[in-house]
Amino acid sequence: MPSSNTRPDQQHYVAPLEETPLVAIDSVKAEGKPSNLWTDAWNDVRKRPMFWISSALILLVVVVALFPGLFTQTPPNNGCLLANSNGGPTDGHPLGFTKQGCDIYSRIIHGTSTSLAVGLIVTSLVAILGIVFGAFAGFYGGWLDSVLSRLGDIFFSIPYILAAVVIMSVLSAYRNVWVISLAIGLFAWPATARVLRAEILRVKNADFVMASTALGVSRFRILLRHVLPNSIAPVIVITTISLASAIVAEATLSFLGVGLPTDIMSWGNDISQAQTSLRTAPQTLILPSIALSVTVLSFIMLGEVVRDALDPKARAQR
Amino acid sequence: MAGYILRRLLQAIPVLLGTTFLIYFMVFAMPGDPIVALFGDKTPPPQVIEALRERYHLDQPFIVQYFIFLGNIFKGDLGVSFSGEPVSEILMRTFPVTLRLAAMAVFFEMVAGITIGLISGLRKGGIFDASALVVSLILISLPIFVLAFVMQWFFGIYLGWFRTTVGPGAPTEDLILPAIVLATISFAQIVRLTRASVIDTDGQDFVRTAASKGLSRGRIVPVHILRNSLIPVVTYLAVDFGTLMVGATVTEGIFNVPGVGRTLYQAIIRGEGPTVVSFVTIMVLIYLVVNLLVDLLYAVLDPRIRYAK
Repeated sequence: MPSSNTRPDQQHYVAPLEETPLVAIDSVKAEGKPSNLWTDAWNDVRKRPMFWISSALILLVVVVALFPGLFTQTPPNNGCLLANSNGGPTDGHPLGFTKQGCDIYSRIIHGTSTSLAVGLIVTSLVAILGIVFGAFAGFYGGWLDSVLSRLGDIFFSIPYILAAVVIMSVLSAYRNVWVISLAIGLFAWPATARVLRAEILRVKNADFVMASTALGVSRFRILLRHVLPNSIAPVIVITTISLASAIVAEATLSFLGVGLPTDIMSWGNDISQAQTSLRTAPQTLILPSIALSVTVLSFIMLGEVVRDALDPKARAQR
Repeated sequence: MAGYILRRLLQAIPVLLGTTFLIYFMVFAMPGDPIVALFGDKTPPPQVIEALRERYHLDQPFIVQYFIFLGNIFKGDLGVSFSGEPVSEILMRTFPVTLRLAAMAVFFEMVAGITIGLISGLRKGGIFDASALVVSLILISLPIFVLAFVMQWFFGIYLGWFRTTVGPGAPTEDLILPAIVLATISFAQIVRLTRASVIDTDGQDFVRTAASKGLSRGRIVPVHILRNSLIPVVTYLAVDFGTLMVGATVTEGIFNVPGVGRTLYQAIIRGEGPTVVSFVTIMVLIYLVVNLLVDLLYAVLDPRIRYAK
């Protein structure tokens, strides 16, 4: 049934042109801020409590790692008395003592920088290797893609903790933060490379890439200035999560006894040494585990929020 | 179909050669004496060093050593452990236990993960969904050995429901607790995958068609939504097989399950380098074969993969 706005000879209502200012529809709000993926993501992220909780926790972890002296005056290794073995909390030692009679609180505080350092070194390594392999394979294609992708498949086929176990067994004389980070990172990058390669395959045929080619911009410069910045978002998501995985990997290797030597403060080492006291003093194991899990959780939550913000599909499913 | 299988098998060859080469390279191309390095701070008896040197043909050029090593693997000769038992015999003895543990873990994580993921996805944004998200994030953040110890302490020592270590012969009731721990690693991921997949499928045209034909929700959910949502979950299980193996190594070590994982765990703890290398090689080979089988299975299930270029 025709609506009241329909003119006698019309089936459907057609608004007169002067009433529908097309100009208004097509115009861009000149005074508004330009919107892009990053500002949209920021606007989305800052409304979520999970972002602020995880950021606050990460800030705390970073401050503890950089300035352990602000939180405890007790040295983590000196002054351990076997008389205090598995002892409960006392004045000045709020969390009690380990089996060796060391202050648990101080050991947790001083172990923070190890976990964070391994996380950051592994993540940088994974990001660099992943971006180089993924970008060249995806952008140049052809034989280079075949070679780089097969190489990635080979590294991907060895679970990275198992690979790190082998490397750390062989390099048992040189165990330190750098070596363990290299051992983890060397086999953890193919996932990043695969994600970036897929994204670059999607972006590299976009009109703006063709426009740059037409303008005579070199291939490498196109990759660096136009393709990479437009395909980096999924890499950032996977990188945040890989920081958490790296911290877990270090703790697992230290737990297995092929990680860091015991004179380097590490939550994994402390948990490993406390396992014999599980029956008698479970707190010696559970306290460093909480520190480890909360740190990992804060990076996982951040990764979660960042993914929701950068991936429109994930946002729609919220 | 035959073309796809052939192509996939041919693709597996360079990866197989590459991974074994890489492991071999990591161990034997490092500076210094690899045999001594494998023992860490321990000094092996000279007879052991001599036997290993002979076994790995260290007097030959590196590439020749590698091919001898590869040939031995294909002949089923995987070396000898420190106790003098051939690695292949240890495998025969321990593998069935690990297989049982892994099957139980996969069963637990599938049943719990898919159920919770399905409810979350169908009631997106509800209280159940929100709590499932929080719990899954916490579970993802717990390293497997932390979880194993906490469960061992809580259920084994504090409540006393289960034995803390597995008894001789690995009876199934003793495997329940380690299997739950092992299942927890992938549980959270399965919940999230199922949830995302269910939300995706629920919005598809064929679901709306089914509803408009007058089908009840009780039929649409299992037949139309769930079945079509399971494809990414099954893919994930194959990709995640590596995590399962690492998880089994730690879990079996902590709960003293007499499986492949514990053998590797003990070899690592005791610093028995050559045994570690043998077992890591075997695990990588198993991982490759499992992924190959899943890829082939897909071709059977999903015609799109069969016919793609």
